[in-house]
Amino acid sequence: MSESAPTSGNGNGKAKGKLAIYWAASCGGCEISILGIDTKILDVAAAFDLVMCPCIADGKVRDIEKMADGEIDVCLFNGGIRTSEQEYMARLLRQKSKCLIAFGSCATEGCIPGLGNLHNRQEIFDNSYTSETHSTENPDNVRPQAVTEVPEGKLHLPIFYDTLKTLDQTVDVDYYLPGCPPESPRIWEAIEVLLSGNLPAKGATIGENTTVCDYCPRTRKNKKIKEFKRTWEVIPDDETCLLEQGLICAGLATRAGCGALCPQVNSPCIGCYGPNEGVEDYGARFLSALASVIDSEDPDEIDEIISKGIPDPIGTFYRFSLAGSLMRRGKRPAPAATSQ
Amino acid sequence: MSEQVFEPKIVGFLCNWCSYRAADLAGSARITHAPNVRIVRVMCSGRVDPSFVMKAFSLGADAVLIAGCHPGECHYIEQNYKAMRRFHMLRQTLKAMGVEEQRIQLVWASAAEGQQLAEAIDKMVDEVRQLGPLGWSGNWEENGERIQALEDIVKEHEQAMEVTA
Repeated sequence: MSESAPTSGNGNGKAKGKLAIYWAASCGGCEISILGIDTKILDVAAAFDLVMCPCIADGKVRDIEKMADGEIDVCLFNGGIRTSEQEYMARLLRQKSKCLIAFGSCATEGCIPGLGNLHNRQEIFDNSYTSETHSTENPDNVRPQAVTEVPEGKLHLPIFYDTLKTLDQTVDVDYYLPGCPPESPRIWEAIEVLLSGNLPAKGATIGENTTVCDYCPRTRKNKKIKEFKRTWEVIPDDETCLLEQGLICAGLATRAGCGALCPQVNSPCIGCYGPNEGVEDYGARFLSALASVIDSEDPDEIDEIISKGIPDPIGTFYRFSLAGSLMRRGKRPAPAATSQ
Repeated sequence: MSEQVFEPKIVGFLCNWCSYRAADLAGSARITHAPNVRIVRVMCSGRVDPSFVMKAFSLGADAVLIAGCHPGECHYIEQNYKAMRRFHMLRQTLKAMGVEEQRIQLVWASAAEGQQLAEAIDKMVDEVRQLGPLGWSGNWEENGERIQALEDIVKEHEQAMEVTA
């Protein structure tokens, strides 16, 4: 910090804003991507005081609790809501923030943690804590307990939910920034929009309104496919559309913003930027688009092509968006257990 | 009301040119069939976006029926083939979510096939009745612990705030 800089103000005479960055059920990649804006982080620091970011800065929950409502100008919230503690933080930050942004795929549509919605808490814990899983050693079958009695009193752990929720299924959200993670240049563009004060309508997704295909340099001719291939079954050529080569590429259903990075290195799009503008359900859109390239008019053959080529439809169509989809989860296999 | 029989709610998307007219014909010919299907007229079975079906399930439908012109007889030349491909893709996806196959059915009925459509509806209602209610949004509920846990966090934090350094 330069000596001449006042304790508040960014040199333009404007008072410094307050910025919070929080993570819930996420991997930390969003924070890395924020740091990826490189030296522009200094501009962010000039415009905002970072009041909370558990990944990269100090900042205590109790300090946030003491704030007045709406005292935080912008909160970038990444991660889905899987536990009671995360829901508490989402509610708290909503209350204290003027502008709450669902940041990244987890907060907007559930992302990979949302695939846990194919199971319930019991099943997830069984998988994580029983020695039946090869990587787990837990001979005493120790499980996390919501409440544990110790001589000093009661110890609490957050409750683990059966269903991961997206941020906007939990609290009111002002804007969305998609991507797993959002690409650093897109993050900077979003920050510029926020700093400009020229804000889009509430509920808008800050980003592109077109699909990955528009940025993909490959040539498309006539999409007709007799067989879907897995990535390991074929070495694609560099020129032709990957979908036309039989690979399941999600570019046609996925919002642009990444610059079509994956198809440019022979790897099909997996849909991390979520649905394009106006699409209510990403998976429905993707499967609908993909179904229309199947080159068959015979129901049995169609079924065969699908079951052979797409053994895991949820992982294919809803890899990033199950929790945020219309169905939100798989059928719950058993009634929720009454205790952890 | 001594015995409650489960009456499934079924949403039916019927195409304007064949199957909706078949339903009309069934009506004017006074063919009786189960009243469980709520019919939504669409211009073509190819208009049925998979998200319509998922929305129906998430809003409480027990089953969804899609009906269109016979293959080769589509008013829009080949859109019912698109409906067919989409239907198979959708059915496999829903199956992976735990929705039984009988809960989503594709039926072809020409404008003259009121009887056949009525029979298909009766058969579907019977099948779904045996499966029982779907109640999809019930899958999203957490049990009562959630509210308690959230209240506990607030209480704990309030107590912690009272401690002076």
